[in-house]
Amino acid sequence: MHLMYFTEQPMKDYPAEAGLEIGYTSLLMSNKHFNPVDGSRLYNEFLENYVYAEEMGVDGIMLNEHHNAPFCMQAKANIFASLLAGMTKRVKIVLLGNPLPLNDNPVRLAEELAMIDMISKGRLVSGFVRGGGQEQLATNANPAFNRERFQEAHDLIVKAWTVPGPFRWEGKHFHQRVVNPWALPLQQPHPRIWIPGVISHETIVWAAQNGYPYICLNTSIEDTKRIWQRYDAAAAEVGYTPGTEHRGYLIRCHVAETEEKALESARQFLWMDGEFTGRLKPVWASPSGYFSPSSRQTFVEFVAGQSASPSRPRKTFEQQLADLQIVAGTPEQVTRSLRTIMRETRPGIMAFWGNEGRMAQADAQTSIRLLGQEVMPALRETAKELDLKSPFETDMPVSRAWAEAQAQRKAAAE
Amino acid sequence: MEWTSSVVSVAGTAIHVRRGGKGSPVVVLHRDIGSPDRLAFYDALAAKHEVIIPNHPGYGASPRVDWLGNVRDVAAVYRAMLGQMGLGGATLVGLGFGGWIAAEMACFAPHDTPRLVLAGAMGIKPPVGDIFDQALVSYIEYVREGCHDKGTFGRIYGERPTSEQLVLWDLCREMSFRLAWKPYMFNHSLPHLLRAVKSKSVIVWGDDDRIVPASAGAVYAESLPHAQQATVANAGHLIEFEQPDAFARLITQFIAST
Repeated sequence: MHLMYFTEQPMKDYPAEAGLEIGYTSLLMSNKHFNPVDGSRLYNEFLENYVYAEEMGVDGIMLNEHHNAPFCMQAKANIFASLLAGMTKRVKIVLLGNPLPLNDNPVRLAEELAMIDMISKGRLVSGFVRGGGQEQLATNANPAFNRERFQEAHDLIVKAWTVPGPFRWEGKHFHQRVVNPWALPLQQPHPRIWIPGVISHETIVWAAQNGYPYICLNTSIEDTKRIWQRYDAAAAEVGYTPGTEHRGYLIRCHVAETEEKALESARQFLWMDGEFTGRLKPVWASPSGYFSPSSRQTFVEFVAGQSASPSRPRKTFEQQLADLQIVAGTPEQVTRSLRTIMRETRPGIMAFWGNEGRMAQADAQTSIRLLGQEVMPALRETAKELDLKSPFETDMPVSRAWAEAQAQRKAAAE
Repeated sequence: MEWTSSVVSVAGTAIHVRRGGKGSPVVVLHRDIGSPDRLAFYDALAAKHEVIIPNHPGYGASPRVDWLGNVRDVAAVYRAMLGQMGLGGATLVGLGFGGWIAAEMACFAPHDTPRLVLAGAMGIKPPVGDIFDQALVSYIEYVREGCHDKGTFGRIYGERPTSEQLVLWDLCREMSFRLAWKPYMFNHSLPHLLRAVKSKSVIVWGDDDRIVPASAGAVYAESLPHAQQATVANAGHLIEFEQPDAFARLITQFIAST
């Protein structure tokens, strides 16, 4: 079992009243409301918490990025990954992940990731994402080519990591005269690639076809099971049976000394109450061409403001507690709930979204301490009982393509 | 008015074309939001002309072609289509985004495009203001922004558009992103190429166009050697929705006078 700590890095000191007045807290909410003095303090608090999480016993630090919104201060996951590569000693640095379509030069990304892997002495997990809908608008990445750019950038990065240069890349979206980066990953053949997501059918199938673990981002237990069915069916089609090492799960989880305190802090998970954690115009979350063509009918109603979000139906705090999409309480209470999730969804990787919104720094640290020192040891016992193993424990191949190449090489040698 | 539909195959595309009326041929190139099949404007125009209304590839009834990557590709397909249909000398009427396509078509055949009507045409970077970015608003808000009169939207689409209409708009929008995402809705070289175009042209703008700044119209008028300008009163960007008769009359008079 691989147990990680995560935070969205909330810009908690933004003026909420300004967001309520204009009706949205993303994309077009003016950055005149961003105070770099608060930003400087908060970035350093996040760094402190990551280092503390390692001390408290977590296995990994999960990082992500978003743009133009107070719900996430991290505009470039590789920057924090670089810092943690030098500041931590043991934890995996798990990027979930770099939004490939937003990047115009995948080779540059391959270089950065290789540097992080070497500096961290081989602790990088390099997840990739498509980026949220509004991210396409914030970075001017064409949503109509989001998936094509994702796949082509992925192919180019993996090739840059595994095929000696120089070579040339003339693709549809990316063109490189010379691919020959003088920075290669320490981990061979390359860092593990994990794919986080919600309900996107195509991404689940693509991850399964590649043999990449899929990390369900705080989906309901029922949806998580549906995702595994889809993943398993796609894996069966390409000839393998996934195990717990292919399954990851992110849960919003806050631990405190008392239930009352935990619940009070956990309400902050809904601090901006909307798509992800911000309020936004539906059309920003789902620009045309971004979502799956098979879901067009469903999404157009959402974009036109005529229906709720198909990917994240709104639920009350109480409902989310009841559905175990938020877990909050004392270490014993939290352990009990998380065991239920583990039994029901059988992940080999779990990420705990520990602090959010305006939670006090002291409370965030208490949660990290109790999670690391009391909850996680109990969960590790449960993982043993349930035989939940991470990709590191099973030492699964980094991809199906790599496994097949190795098998062919072995067969040829025999 | 009798309208017929047919499909024309050009360069692997299947262009859905509606035709009606009799008289000198006028090809109407629709907007980035597609076009309703029937409009009072089309009927008014067809009273004096043979009107040909293709659906751009990827819009409305014409299926998307994945290799189509920019507006010039569309213009090249249309030039081929008009040649194939024996309509190379037709008057081109371009509405908004369709105006950009018409302008590119004229650049491809600068001596063989007799007449151009460009209405609120995209395609040129406005010297003052920006072309309104549909990516930031819903389909409904975008169409409403194109109207001068608050009642126009409901009259054309109904107050609560159907899911089918939303899907149509979404397909149009996706195709527009494929063709014109960056730079958004213009081509830096177009004003230069227009200088070689010999067409008689009229640059038409609604007096309340909030989608394409009128400053872009001025650049069209300056760049095209034989251009006149006209303003339609009480019209937003969607002139044909709001002033169908006045707009059709303007086109007929322009054709008669040139």
